[in-house]
Amino acid sequence: MHDHEHEDHSDLDPMDLRVRALQTILAQKGYIDPGALDLLIDTYQTRIGPRNGARVVARAWSDPQFHDWLLRDASAAIASLGYEGRQGEHMVVVENTDEVHNMVVCTLCSCYPWPVLGLPPTWYKSAPYRSRAVRDPRGVLADFGVTLPVDKQVRVWDSTAEVRYLVLPQRPPGSERLDEIQLAALVTRDSMIGTGLPLQP
Amino acid sequence: MTYRSHADLGGQPGHGPVRPEAEGELWHASWEPQALALTLAMGATGSWNLDMSRAARETLPDYAQRSYYAIWIAALEKLMEERGQLTPAEIEAGRMLHAPASVKRVLHAGEVGAALARGSPTLRACPEKPLFAIGQRVRTRAEAVPHHTRLPGYVHGKCGVVERLHGCHVFPDAHAQGLGERPEALYTVVFEGEELWGADAAPGLRVSVDAWQSYLEAA
Repeated sequence: MHDHEHEDHSDLDPMDLRVRALQTILAQKGYIDPGALDLLIDTYQTRIGPRNGARVVARAWSDPQFHDWLLRDASAAIASLGYEGRQGEHMVVVENTDEVHNMVVCTLCSCYPWPVLGLPPTWYKSAPYRSRAVRDPRGVLADFGVTLPVDKQVRVWDSTAEVRYLVLPQRPPGSERLDEIQLAALVTRDSMIGTGLPLQP
Repeated sequence: MTYRSHADLGGQPGHGPVRPEAEGELWHASWEPQALALTLAMGATGSWNLDMSRAARETLPDYAQRSYYAIWIAALEKLMEERGQLTPAEIEAGRMLHAPASVKRVLHAGEVGAALARGSPTLRACPEKPLFAIGQRVRTRAEAVPHHTRLPGYVHGKCGVVERLHGCHVFPDAHAQGLGERPEALYTVVFEGEELWGADAAPGLRVSVDAWQSYLEAA
């Protein structure tokens, strides 16, 4: 017996074939412009990602006026750096302090601030993260190798609407002499979701 | 007809550990970038709204067995089939078998940047003065509803405090059913861990959700 699917398309899995078929049909029907697909992919592969958010955080760490603006009206402050639009229309920034650690989840789907963090990582969209973040955030943090002081409050923000949350991590000690670019290099994606802490200088 | 969401995962036990991944890891199969782009491009045709696409995804019976972009593709096919834009036979054949249905617009390459920058803001003028004030104690709706909604099960019937008011936003429950935007006040409501999870709640835990006004009553 021949396995026809493998004989014909030995290097393609069924989802690959299905999505290719879909793209062909939609282009034939004139619903999509294949050039737009390429641009959409390129945008999220090369232009929109967590380095945008790192720049926002570094600015907030080094410019007190921007810091205050960011906490008061995050959408406008973030847009002033050129990051706005799809999945970041309504931004709120929540600040970590000595007393409170913030963590963001979307238990219902995968809501995430695309303009500043790019596309969500697989774990953010996964059942383990979405189920546990609201109940056992310290256990989730342990999966990331992060331990917080026992007396620190953990505040979880479930993104159930179109408001998108970005965590402003605490500026690491010893970073006083760093400029904005050096500071941005300390800011990890996970530190802006609240599942991690910034790097040490 | 009953409505069942398979996506409401908050607080569910038994899903195991989180598996972190490095910042640069974006795709996990060769078809995932196309799945993202097709979903965004078809969304831009205006054939459905975001809440309708969420409803299509969360009601997939095999939601839990599919990877995330596979959920997107299945929902995309469902939305298009419902609107006569695509047939299962066409997917099987891998080519167009029926004349295209009309779409409101097509996202052309030259418009991608502007469309992404514009996004789809949901803030609207408030039709009436918001009912609740910051600092007020409220109770969330306790019952399930037979349609798409954005109140997670784990906060049903719980008491919390209004912490922020985000103005009035498109109401997803109505929007997903094609009943219009019906904007309502949107609040961040914060709950103590013990209120949600009882005496064995993690110490110092507080959880908030963003809740539309009709999910809430004064407590």
